[in-house]
Amino acid sequence: MAEKQFKVTAETGIHARPATLLVQTASRFDSEINLEYKGKTVNLKSIMGVMSLGIGQGSDIKISAEGSDAADALNSLEETLKKEGLAE
Amino acid sequence: MTFLNGIAASNGIAIAKAYRLVEPDLNFENKTIDNPTAEVERFRQAMSKSKSELEAIRDRAKVDLGEDKAAIFEAHLLVLSDPELNAPIEDKIQSAKVNAESALKETADMFVMMFEQMDNEYMKERAADIRDVTKRVLAHLLGVHLVNPSMIAEEVIIVAEDLTPSDTAQLNRQFVKGFTTNIGGRTSHSAIMARSMEIPAVVGTKTATEEINNGDLVIVDGLKGEVHINPTPELVAEYRKTHEDYEVQKAEWAKLVNEPTVSADGQHVELAANIGTPNDLKGVIENGGEGVGLYRTEFLYMGREQLPTEEEQFEAYKAVLEGMAGKPVVVRTLDIGGDKELPYLELPKEMNPFLGFRAIRLCLEEQGIFRTQLRALLRASSFGNLKIMFPMIATLDEFREAKAILEDEKQKLVSEGHKVADKIELGIMVEIPSTAVLADQFAKEVDFFSIGTNDLIQYTMAADRMNQRVSYLYQPYSPSILRLVKMVIDAAHAEGKWAGMCGEMAGDETAIPVLLGLGLDEFSMSATSILKARSLIKNLKKTDMEKLASEVLNMQTTSQVIDAVNAATK
Repeated sequence: MAEKQFKVTAETGIHARPATLLVQTASRFDSEINLEYKGKTVNLKSIMGVMSLGIGQGSDIKISAEGSDAADALNSLEETLKKEGLAE
Repeated sequence: MTFLNGIAASNGIAIAKAYRLVEPDLNFENKTIDNPTAEVERFRQAMSKSKSELEAIRDRAKVDLGEDKAAIFEAHLLVLSDPELNAPIEDKIQSAKVNAESALKETADMFVMMFEQMDNEYMKERAADIRDVTKRVLAHLLGVHLVNPSMIAEEVIIVAEDLTPSDTAQLNRQFVKGFTTNIGGRTSHSAIMARSMEIPAVVGTKTATEEINNGDLVIVDGLKGEVHINPTPELVAEYRKTHEDYEVQKAEWAKLVNEPTVSADGQHVELAANIGTPNDLKGVIENGGEGVGLYRTEFLYMGREQLPTEEEQFEAYKAVLEGMAGKPVVVRTLDIGGDKELPYLELPKEMNPFLGFRAIRLCLEEQGIFRTQLRALLRASSFGNLKIMFPMIATLDEFREAKAILEDEKQKLVSEGHKVADKIELGIMVEIPSTAVLADQFAKEVDFFSIGTNDLIQYTMAADRMNQRVSYLYQPYSPSILRLVKMVIDAAHAEGKWAGMCGEMAGDETAIPVLLGLGLDEFSMSATSILKARSLIKNLKKTDMEKLASEVLNMQTTSQVIDAVNAATK
């Protein structure tokens, strides 16, 4: 299993477009991918799950992936987060 | 054949097949089923049909409306393929042996409730996305047809209860030839949209959606406010003739595009246009507008998730000022509240929004929003002939406070090294009776007045303009309204200032002769009304209209005024 911590820098948090981008990216992989925030874990391939967390600016989040392409998935998600200026 | 009477909301004649923008019946029975595997398959098929439908809508929206507006459908597609939505539905069908419709509804409702209970306005709106997607899948399960206005690909007349801004945004101008609605009046959103799209419309027919079926041949007569359903071939021929005559008439008006607006006895008045976005400039120039008399800046703030930045606003204002190439542009500062809401401001609901926390009242309280807009305006001022006006001013103190904030931002910008025009005229909207009555005092301090008649009439008559049952009180020609208008014009002139009008009344054929006689300097209207108004004024002698005006001011009722105007302009 691969996992990584991030700090959300996007002003609007993980809402709307950022959430859409993350879910779209996660959905390209076979691995099971989860997003953890404030002790709650949701499926990162679920737009409603991600939005229901209401992640704001400055939040600490953890992404974990388990499966054959777990490492790739985590790299892609990290790239999306950084490229879009969402988290670091 | 049937015939409906309504309100002529936008000029012209349209003849085409009806397209009903009406929700189908999505009621269903909760049932238990024998073959869950087949039911899951039925559910998956409805999902996949919904998916390809949404993809087509998204692709069309990308082309017609741009990447930004298409994003909403991207979000809908993600909801549709959300494993947290799909898995519980399929589980429910398998384990509880219920039909797909009830499994879908039950699961979706749970998510809708969850989002609605969040204390964030943005999240609450996501509930609407889930409802939208559920409706689409449900329609496929039930085998009924959901309306997709963005997918219309032949000439149609839209038939609807009412049209919201998001409905109209989805309409393809190439195919939508006209529309008719059950509710609404000349100043409702749907009517204003029709005029800016330059398509004929009849609103307020009360029963259009009951009387008209999909595919019926419909004539929309936006000149007289009539709708004919399945007309005889003779009537169609007659209307084709009327349509051609109207086109000839329009071509005749078009010759006046580059002419100044001068009365038969040589008096000049200015005919300007009301706009909502820089995109409307094309229409202003094509219709020979001598300026912009009202730039409604609200549209910059609407249909988005946060306030527009100073830079975004600056670009929009600059585009309008440059587009008008030195002609006057009157920008109204943010007029939000009342019937115009901004969900992201999270303002509390009010009992009487039209009498509440709106326009300048909000701007003086939420000064951050106001200052950002003023900075953007001041920075744009050096790119054209900018005039700024404040909406909903009720007291001189409000005007003074707004002016002081403007001066403050101006000083800051200058000290930061920005270029700001030396002279920017500063005016107010006159739409509250207290201001009209005290216009002589206001005139000492403002550079101009612009009379907003839609609200002035609503406040003077104490009649909500959204309420159909009191719509008979919307009486622009009432002597009481005309007297208020006169007070404002006279007050401006006594101080050497000018007075304009930017409500519906300024473009109205019956009102124009009286307004000319009262000495109105600037008439601001829908761009499409300008040439007609210019042609009308060309044939009127101002001295005659002055006589008419002094007569009607002393009349008792609206109908007397209308009769007098008709007699004087025949």
